[in-house]
Amino acid sequence: MKPFNPRAVELAAPKQQRNWDWRAAANFICGGSGGGLLLVAAFAGLDAFATRVAVLLGLALIACGLTCVWFEIGRPWRAMNVYRHFATSWMTREAVVALAVFATGALAIFTGSVVLTVVVGACGLAFLYSQARILAANKGIPAWRHPASVPLMVSTGLAEGAGFAISAAALAGAGPGTRLLGLLLVLLAVRVWCWRRFLGGLTRSGAPVAALKVLDAFGPRFQTVGHGLPAVVLVAALIGLPGRSMTALLAGLLVVASGWVMKYTLVRRAAYTQGLAVDHLPVRGRGPSGPAAKPGWKMMPGGS
Amino acid sequence: MTRYVMTIDLRRCVGCQTCTAACKGANATPPGIQWRRVLDIESGEFPDVRRTFLPVACMHCGDPPCEHVCPTRATTKRADGLVAIDYDLCIGCANCVMACPYDARSIVHEPRYAYGDSPMASEAKRFDPARIGVSMKCTFCKDRIDHAERTGKVPGVDPEVTPACVNSCISGAMGFGDIDDPESSVNKLLAETQHFRMHEELGTEPGVYYVWDMS
Repeated sequence: MKPFNPRAVELAAPKQQRNWDWRAAANFICGGSGGGLLLVAAFAGLDAFATRVAVLLGLALIACGLTCVWFEIGRPWRAMNVYRHFATSWMTREAVVALAVFATGALAIFTGSVVLTVVVGACGLAFLYSQARILAANKGIPAWRHPASVPLMVSTGLAEGAGFAISAAALAGAGPGTRLLGLLLVLLAVRVWCWRRFLGGLTRSGAPVAALKVLDAFGPRFQTVGHGLPAVVLVAALIGLPGRSMTALLAGLLVVASGWVMKYTLVRRAAYTQGLAVDHLPVRGRGPSGPAAKPGWKMMPGGS
Repeated sequence: MTRYVMTIDLRRCVGCQTCTAACKGANATPPGIQWRRVLDIESGEFPDVRRTFLPVACMHCGDPPCEHVCPTRATTKRADGLVAIDYDLCIGCANCVMACPYDARSIVHEPRYAYGDSPMASEAKRFDPARIGVSMKCTFCKDRIDHAERTGKVPGVDPEVTPACVNSCISGAMGFGDIDDPESSVNKLLAETQHFRMHEELGTEPGVYYVWDMS
């Protein structure tokens, strides 16, 4: 980490968080995609071999994310302590669900059982939801704690999962079915709606100026490249234009990549802290009290 | 019940940073880490500008978000209101750092010394390896509070069982005591002044009260 030496007057303003770096972001990026893929694999109507491959890929993504975060924590050899606070900690719950994911996932791959595939899909959704709640539980980061961040993280994980499933099917040569293409199209619509709801809600409720600047700059590109373009490609594939496998692959990869960039942007670049504030400037001498001071914030009427 | 809280009279704080230095001396925090800081806030527009000194640290919240998110139970809220960290349980995941809306927590991943890689004699003597790679923050000088339990002395009244920052404050801006004790100095001060708690809208029930005017 580069040293961060703000001036005295800058200390109260929101600062970009510096404790969760790309390794933590990778857990949300890979883990979210993996959880989404497990759920999609359970219901996408893939053949037995493709389902096994999809489940294996989902498990690998989740394992990759957890490994990255293991390398980030300060005391990795105590990592088992993560299981000590199931009552309120979503990080504990994520770790517990991860055990269920790997256990049921391994059984589903070896047995090929449809029931177990559905169970691992449910576990994948629980993992994805746990990750979304980990972010939302962090009151110190306004962009994360906004309630609309939860559906955004879940929807992008599901869309990325469908994107992965379509890409895998296209690469396997079988070509994705109409059902899967339609599912991705629906999930794209849901994700863009969640994104707009999140950004609008955050702007209305008030947030650090720097965080809004990052998100506002990212939004148009995310909507165009991450939604508009893949939607056009998907429609082309659905109406039967030539090269269906390649167009589906392109759409899948675009959805996955845009989701990953969005999560990196949210976890790293837009993650500004709450900052510190004074509700009432103190009375000094004969002068009156001053108005509140909240450096670095864009305040909206009624917002906090 | 007992709940220890801190009062900070913003009318009195002169921004001298003596509390910052006292905290550093009492807790031997590494370079770049200050559990107690005094912020210098400039507000308003010329010619109506103001400068406010704002001492900040862990707010020892009544409903601490750091405690909720901690996956290891390393962070706990004690019966007397102090939010404590067990360094032997903490895994350094930084979830509590993200959950704290007061920038009160930090993690140091490798030893840091004031002058390069080698510690001065005083640093070597006070170096605590248990604090490397784990979350740390202001403790309200909990060793002193625990000492009060054993000796019958009163935190906020007897200096040896009062947080170092409060003892050091040159202007008497900082106070400490049991808010559930009607006779405590903090209770009396809060009864006769107007005060706020920072980011109260987040539901954290902070244990630090900022006094800004008379009632």
